[in-house]
Amino acid sequence: MIRLLLPHHLRNLAGTGREVELDVAEPVTQRSLIDALEDAYPPLRGTLRDPATQRRRPFIRFFAGEEDLSHEPPDALLPEAVLTGKEPLHVVGAMAGG
Amino acid sequence: MTAVRVLVGTQKGAFILSSDGRRTGWEVEGPLFGGWEVYHVTGSPADPDRLYASQSTGWFGQVIQRSDDGGRSWNPAGNGFSYQGGTGTHQWYDGTPHPWEFARVWHLEPSYDDPDTVYAGAEDAALFRTTDGAATWTELEGLRTHHTGPKWQPGAGGMCVHTVLIDPSDADRLHVAISAAGVFRSGDAGQSWAPANRGLQSGGIPDPDAEVGHCVHRITRHPSRPDVLFMQKHWDVMRSDDGGDHWREISGDLPTDFGFPIAVHAHEPDTVYVVPITSDSEHYPPEGRLRVYRSRTGGDEWEPLSAGLPQSDCYVNVLRDAMAVDDLDPCGIYFGTTGGQVYGSADSGDTWQPIVRDLPRVLSVEVQTRP
Repeated sequence: MIRLLLPHHLRNLAGTGREVELDVAEPVTQRSLIDALEDAYPPLRGTLRDPATQRRRPFIRFFAGEEDLSHEPPDALLPEAVLTGKEPLHVVGAMAGG
Repeated sequence: MTAVRVLVGTQKGAFILSSDGRRTGWEVEGPLFGGWEVYHVTGSPADPDRLYASQSTGWFGQVIQRSDDGGRSWNPAGNGFSYQGGTGTHQWYDGTPHPWEFARVWHLEPSYDDPDTVYAGAEDAALFRTTDGAATWTELEGLRTHHTGPKWQPGAGGMCVHTVLIDPSDADRLHVAISAAGVFRSGDAGQSWAPANRGLQSGGIPDPDAEVGHCVHRITRHPSRPDVLFMQKHWDVMRSDDGGDHWREISGDLPTDFGFPIAVHAHEPDTVYVVPITSDSEHYPPEGRLRVYRSRTGGDEWEPLSAGLPQSDCYVNVLRDAMAVDDLDPCGIYFGTTGGQVYGSADSGDTWQPIVRDLPRVLSVEVQTRP
């Protein structure tokens, strides 16, 4: 299972807790993980990536351990620690104004 | 017992203000969707318990919320707002071509007779419709792909469809207003569109009476007279008596004819309300005095309404979707400010009281009157 930590607004929208666990088909990438998240929690569709372009929204960041994966290609494999469930993938709303 | 529900969208969530028919004591519920920008909350005329809300943020995009119980509970609905076909370009602020990009829903306009049918006015300017209670949305692309589309430019707030009017006597007749393209109308339920801006004069564009390019801030009508339209433009208050074929200025003796909202009395089709703002570069009331102006003659002659409103040191604005009326007698008028106040009048504007004073910046106000 892949562990995912969601920010406050997305937890409220999905009606879930801070951490969700997802069964993601291999290969486990940012793209397949978000696909699985949106299938499991339909209210989150379009919140992490733009529905038209499928690109990560500019103020969304993905962290694992102390590594920023935000700029990795969407089809790159996630780190081993995330794949084994040792580390969660953090979905972070970037720090920005008001 | 008669009740009034005021639906308030703000920059940091939504609020529902409730009162009985006397409109003196109010309950305040909220924030709903706390932390999100809520551009609009509105109810279905066909089912007052069916509410829709447009929430968005720069972080997570657009979400549409739906309530089936008058706002006690909400569920996220569909947010698939995809432009149909090739998106093409409009003009950017500097005049260069810029691809159409969906940003948010500014305004939701439910059908008069079907709670599942709702129009959504979006930025970048486009009109969407759902017929399944907001589960799915389809663009009526005839508007965005109008042959003048490549000439449209955004206003300071973005290029948005901010007003959608459905003719109460013929649901196929629609008007929309776009900043800064102008008014467009359709006679075939949104399949095809034509500009309806003849008579508008805008000093800020190269051709003051151009077919498109006018920064229309808001249009409204009384349901008993579908062809009589009132407009608050960037500058100028305007009126059309022929469904938008021609417009004439009715600013008359207003202290300034710049402003954003415009509303019509529920029972007097020639009684109109505006909130004059100093200028396009000073978005606050003249002399720091917040005054609503009322015309009982369909325009030209206006009277200031200030009883109960701050008459010194007031520098708020009232945004285009932030004024509405109830259906009671006497008619109630409500508006919200960028300073977070929501004011109400239970006597057609003669006197005002603050309902709440310290909400976030108010983006929209709608009113439901319940028997």
